[in-house]
Amino acid sequence: MDDSERADSFYARVAAGGKVEADDWMPDPYRAAILKFVEMHANSELMGVLPEREWILRAPTLRRKLALTSKVQDEVGHAQLLYRVAEDLGKPREQMLQDLLDGKTKFHNVFHYPTESWADVGIIAWLVDAAAIVSQQALRDSSYAPYARTMKKICWEESVHIMHGRDVVLTLMNGTDRQRALVQNALDRWWGPLMQMHGPPTDPARDKDLLWRIKSKGNEQLRQEFLSIYVPRIRELGLRIPDPELRYDDGAGRWHYSEPDWDELRSVVTGHGPRSQERLEFRRVNRALTQWVRDAIIGRAAAAA
Amino acid sequence: MTDSVWEVFRQEDEGDAMTHAGSVRAPDAELALHYAREFYGRRQESTRLWVVPREAINELDDPDWLKPPFDRSYKRPGGYLIKHKLEAAKARAEESP
Repeated sequence: MDDSERADSFYARVAAGGKVEADDWMPDPYRAAILKFVEMHANSELMGVLPEREWILRAPTLRRKLALTSKVQDEVGHAQLLYRVAEDLGKPREQMLQDLLDGKTKFHNVFHYPTESWADVGIIAWLVDAAAIVSQQALRDSSYAPYARTMKKICWEESVHIMHGRDVVLTLMNGTDRQRALVQNALDRWWGPLMQMHGPPTDPARDKDLLWRIKSKGNEQLRQEFLSIYVPRIRELGLRIPDPELRYDDGAGRWHYSEPDWDELRSVVTGHGPRSQERLEFRRVNRALTQWVRDAIIGRAAAAA
Repeated sequence: MTDSVWEVFRQEDEGDAMTHAGSVRAPDAELALHYAREFYGRRQESTRLWVVPREAINELDDPDWLKPPFDRSYKRPGGYLIKHKLEAAKARAEESP
């Protein structure tokens, strides 16, 4: 069997639901696609803690501080798990971090925005994590088995974050008019990025990530699932969703909404969001300040070898 | 050649996690895999087997590290009791639409 026949039989196998392990043979385009996908996910977990980190010292109670600290620790842990999966595909971790800091690789749009009040912490943990978990649950069926297994652990932890976020939002919604207004204000600012988060609809016949079952659901399907679960849960609290076009179309069997601002999405994920450069700079400084720790550990390993 | 102990891990179906199955004694990895295949792969019950020298395994079972005795309910879904808060928020939403 030559390489192209081997690749054809590989693609037929994954399209039929077959699973691939780290040390299995795989065609280069599949390896590149899964690496890009997992690396972007890892970057997003690593950068995603920065908006929430800003609120650890300002958390209103000790229990909230513990929960938020724990969530931040979980997300950094997810980044570590995912960089480990990505490393096995052939790209060194140091290179992945360098490419992230150099702006050569991306992270999710929602982590490029500022946080303005404690209500943002609730909205992020509830709705950003909810939008993320919809796609992460679908990734438990990924054809790349080490990624699929990692997603099982990650989804379990994310489900706690959603409860934490919903609890924060409910507490505020049972509070003063000012607290309720903070939640509405946070929702007004986060709704646009949330609707952009899953990306523009793709043509399933041409989306290689779908054909190779790196992911099992398309962008639009994920957005529809998110809306079906969360629009009622948002509205039942008396919150207004800032989209006059948003309604469920019974005839079409889908949610109708205003076209998300795809130009904003493209601009934000290429490093032009309101906090993109500030957050990357935080990582650069942090990396330089912690270099001595890595040197000490690698030095000890080198001395022992 | 002296035998040593090899821990055997098996994967039931494609994509499953490797799970510990048992152990075999063998003088080298090749024979350990043959024995593992005889014990854990004769009935098509495994898609993949790993054998690992027992001495390669490092263990941690200290409860102070793994089951620390403090309240960490905020790390579990059950740590958030939202039923009454949700009812109160819904009632308030109906009062002042």
